[in-house]
Amino acid sequence: MTENATPTNMGSTVTQVPSPEPGTVDMMVNMGPQHPATHGVFRMELRVDGEQIQDLVPHIGYLHRGSEKLCEHESYSQIITLFDRLDYVSNFNNELVIVSAVEKLMDVAPPPRAELIRIIMCEFNRIASHLLFYGTFAIDMGAITPLLYNFRDREKIQALFESVSGARMMHNYFRVGGVKQDVADDFESRSLALCNELEYGIGETDRLLTENEIFLERTSGIGVISGEDALDWGLSGPVLRASGVPYDVRVDEPYSRYDELDFGIPVGSAGDCWDRFYVRILEARESVSIIRQAIALMEPGDTMAKIRRIARPPAGEVYAHCENPRGDLGVYIVSEGGDRPYRLKVRPPSFCNLQALRDLTVGHYIADAVVILGTLDIVLGEVDR
Amino acid sequence: MSFTDILFAFAGLFGLFSALAVGVLSLTWLERKTLARIQQRAGPSVVGPHGLLQPFADAMKLATKEDIIPAYADKLLFWMAPVFVAVPAFLIWLAIPFGDRVAVRVLDLGLLYLVAISGIGVVGLLMGGWASSSRYSMLGGLRAAAQLVSYEIPIVIVILSVAVLVQSLSLDAVIGGNTITIGEATRDLPGQGLIPFAFVMPMGFVIFFIAGLAELGRTPFDIHHAESEVVGGPFVEYSGAHWAVFFLAEYLNTFVISALIIVLFFGGWSWPNPPESIFGNDLSSTTTNFVGGAWFMFKTYIVAVTIFWIRGTYPRLRIDQLMTFAWQVLIPLAFVNFALIAVVLFYDWPLWMMPTLSLPILIGAAIGVQRGRGVRDRPQTVRILRRSAGEIGRPMPNAPTQTQISGEGQAGD
Repeated sequence: MTENATPTNMGSTVTQVPSPEPGTVDMMVNMGPQHPATHGVFRMELRVDGEQIQDLVPHIGYLHRGSEKLCEHESYSQIITLFDRLDYVSNFNNELVIVSAVEKLMDVAPPPRAELIRIIMCEFNRIASHLLFYGTFAIDMGAITPLLYNFRDREKIQALFESVSGARMMHNYFRVGGVKQDVADDFESRSLALCNELEYGIGETDRLLTENEIFLERTSGIGVISGEDALDWGLSGPVLRASGVPYDVRVDEPYSRYDELDFGIPVGSAGDCWDRFYVRILEARESVSIIRQAIALMEPGDTMAKIRRIARPPAGEVYAHCENPRGDLGVYIVSEGGDRPYRLKVRPPSFCNLQALRDLTVGHYIADAVVILGTLDIVLGEVDR
Repeated sequence: MSFTDILFAFAGLFGLFSALAVGVLSLTWLERKTLARIQQRAGPSVVGPHGLLQPFADAMKLATKEDIIPAYADKLLFWMAPVFVAVPAFLIWLAIPFGDRVAVRVLDLGLLYLVAISGIGVVGLLMGGWASSSRYSMLGGLRAAAQLVSYEIPIVIVILSVAVLVQSLSLDAVIGGNTITIGEATRDLPGQGLIPFAFVMPMGFVIFFIAGLAELGRTPFDIHHAESEVVGGPFVEYSGAHWAVFFLAEYLNTFVISALIIVLFFGGWSWPNPPESIFGNDLSSTTTNFVGGAWFMFKTYIVAVTIFWIRGTYPRLRIDQLMTFAWQVLIPLAFVNFALIAVVLFYDWPLWMMPTLSLPILIGAAIGVQRGRGVRDRPQTVRILRRSAGEIGRPMPNAPTQTQISGEGQAGD
C-alpha cells in the first residue's frame, strides 16, 4: 500500500514526500491506540499538511487474541462463546454464523420456532449495534447527547437479552440445532412493547441528527466511495449499500427463515458519510418490522433439534455467511470429523471495511478522518480477532 | 492615591476574586446538571444536596493531583500558559458593572478595555499548545489561534456598533442607553427606555452570540479542544492545578460572554425592571444595587444555560467550515450591521428602522448559508428496496404480488 516506505520518523511507515515549500515538513500525527475516537485499540498514522491528511497508515493487532487458532482446540459448542467475543456488540449475529455453518456441515435444521427466536434476537442485536453506532458517531462529531439516548434504548434491548439468555452481552445462547432454552412466556408482548420504544428512540436520533445543518455539513460529500470501488475493496454491509450496491445476504442468499419475511433494504447512492449513517437509521427501522413479522409467525414448538448433545460433524468443508450489522460475516470450517474443527477461518466485515480507510481519508481534514472511521463502524474485536 | 484607596482596591479585587471563584463553581454544577437533564440523566447527586458540593470535591481533587510536566516540554512556557489564559479572564470582570456605577473599576473606556483584554487569552492557549511538545496540543493551539483571532473581528465590530449607538465607550452608558436614553437623550423614540439593544439591532446580537460561542470554544465551535480529534487540544498534557487553572479560565470566559450579552444587549442590571421603579430614585442605595446585581446575575445565568443547551444539542464544525463561516458570513454581516447603525444615526431615522432593515438581511443570510451548500434534498439519496417488489435479491417464492417498480432499483446498478 505504501510505496517508498522509509523507516524514518520513529519507525513510521507513512510515505515521506518532500514538501513543495522549502524548509517545511509534513507533520506526523499518531492517532491511537489510545485515542477516544478510534473505537478501541486502533492506531492510524497520519501525515498531515496543516490539517489536511496526505497519507494514512492503519495499524491493527492490538486486540489480537488468536481466536481462529483457539477455535481449533475447542469443541463446537465452546466455539460459540469465542464467536460472542469477535464483534462484541452484535453477539447474536456472530453466534448465528457459527451455528449455521456447523448445521450446514451436519445437515441438520433447527426447529421453526428456534429459527424465529434466532431471527428476533439477531435483529434486536442489529438495532442495538446500530444504536451504538449512532451514539459513537455523534460523539465523534462532538454531539454528546445522542449517545445517552441510544444507550438508554440499548439498555432495554440488553434487558430483554438477559431475560432470554441470562447474559447482557456474551450470551452463548444459540446451539447447533436450535437455541439453549425457550423464551419466557411474556417474551412476545415484551418484544412488541420494546419495538414501539425502539421505533421512538430511533426516530429521536433521526430527528436530532439526520437533517441537522452542522451534521449535514460534516457528513455529506465526506469519504465518498463509488460502488465499484466498494466492491473492489470487498466492503459489505451498510458501507457497501450506502454506495448504491444493493447487496444483503438476508435477501441475496436468504438463510434461516428470512425468506418468509418481507422487509426493505435501504440503499444509498452518494456513498458518503451521510448515506452510511442514514442507511443504518433506515435499516434499524426495517429490523423493527422484521421483529414484528417474526413474532407474528411464532408458534409453540421445540427449540432444539433432535441431535446428539456434542456436535460431531462429518469430515468436510463448509462456508456459511450471514448479514451482520457491520456486513457480511463469513466462517469457513474444515472438519476432519470429531468434535472440533481442523481449521476455522473468519471473514470479518469490519476488517474488510477498514481496508478502504486510506482511500476514503486522504485529502480530507483530520476531523474528517474521525468521522469516516466512525461511519466504517469497526469493532476491533473482530478486526484483530 | 491614599492608603484607603489602595485598601479598597485590594478589597474589591479580593471580593471579585472570591465571587468569581464561587461563580465558576456554580457554573460547573449548572452545566453538569443542565446537560444531565438534556440527556435524561441525574447528573451530580451524591456530594451534598442535589450534588451541590460536587464542584468543591472536584476542585479539591484537582488541587491535590500530581502536576505532571512532560519531559520534552518547554517548562517556562508550560508553566506560564495557564496564567496567560486565566489572568485576562479575571481582569475582564474589573469593568463589568453590577449596578449603577458599581464595578471594581468604573472605566470610561470600558468597551475598549474589554476588547483589549479579551484578546490576550489566545496567547496562553498557543503557548500551552506549543510548550506541551505534543502534536495534539500543537494542532489544538494553532486551531485556537486561528479561531479566536478570526472571531475576535466580528465581536469587535459589534461592540463598536454598540458604542456608536450610545455615543460612548463606557459600559454604564451602554446600560443606560439600553434603558433610559439613546445617545445624548436628544432622540425622541417610541418605547424609549424600554427597548434593549437586542431588539434595536438583532443582527448585532446574533453575530455577537455566535462569535461569542466561538470565542469560548464552545459547541459547535469547540474545535480547539475537540476530544474526538485533538483529545483536549492545548490542555492535553496538563493535569492537576495547571489544568484546573485552564478550566477556571474557560468557565470564567463563559461567564464573561454571558455577562457581556446581558450588558450590551439586555440592559445589564437594569432592564426590564429598573430597580428605581421598585425602590425609588435612590440609585446608589445598597438595596437597589443588591437587587440590580442579583437581577444581572440571574440574566447572566440564563444566557449561560442557553450556551450549555447548545452544547447538549449540536455537533461540532470542522476547522475550514468554521473559518469560512467567520470570514464569509459573520464579518461581512458585522460590517453591514455597523453601516446600518451609522446610516440610521446619521440621517436621524427612527431607531425602529434598525430591526426593520437588519432582520430581513439576517434571515436572508441564514437562508443563503443554508442553501449555499445545496444539501437540502439529502434524504432522497437513500431509498428502500424491497424484495417483495422484486427490487433486490432473488425473487420471493411466496411474494405478495406488487407492481414491479421499474428498472432503477435492480440489483447491480
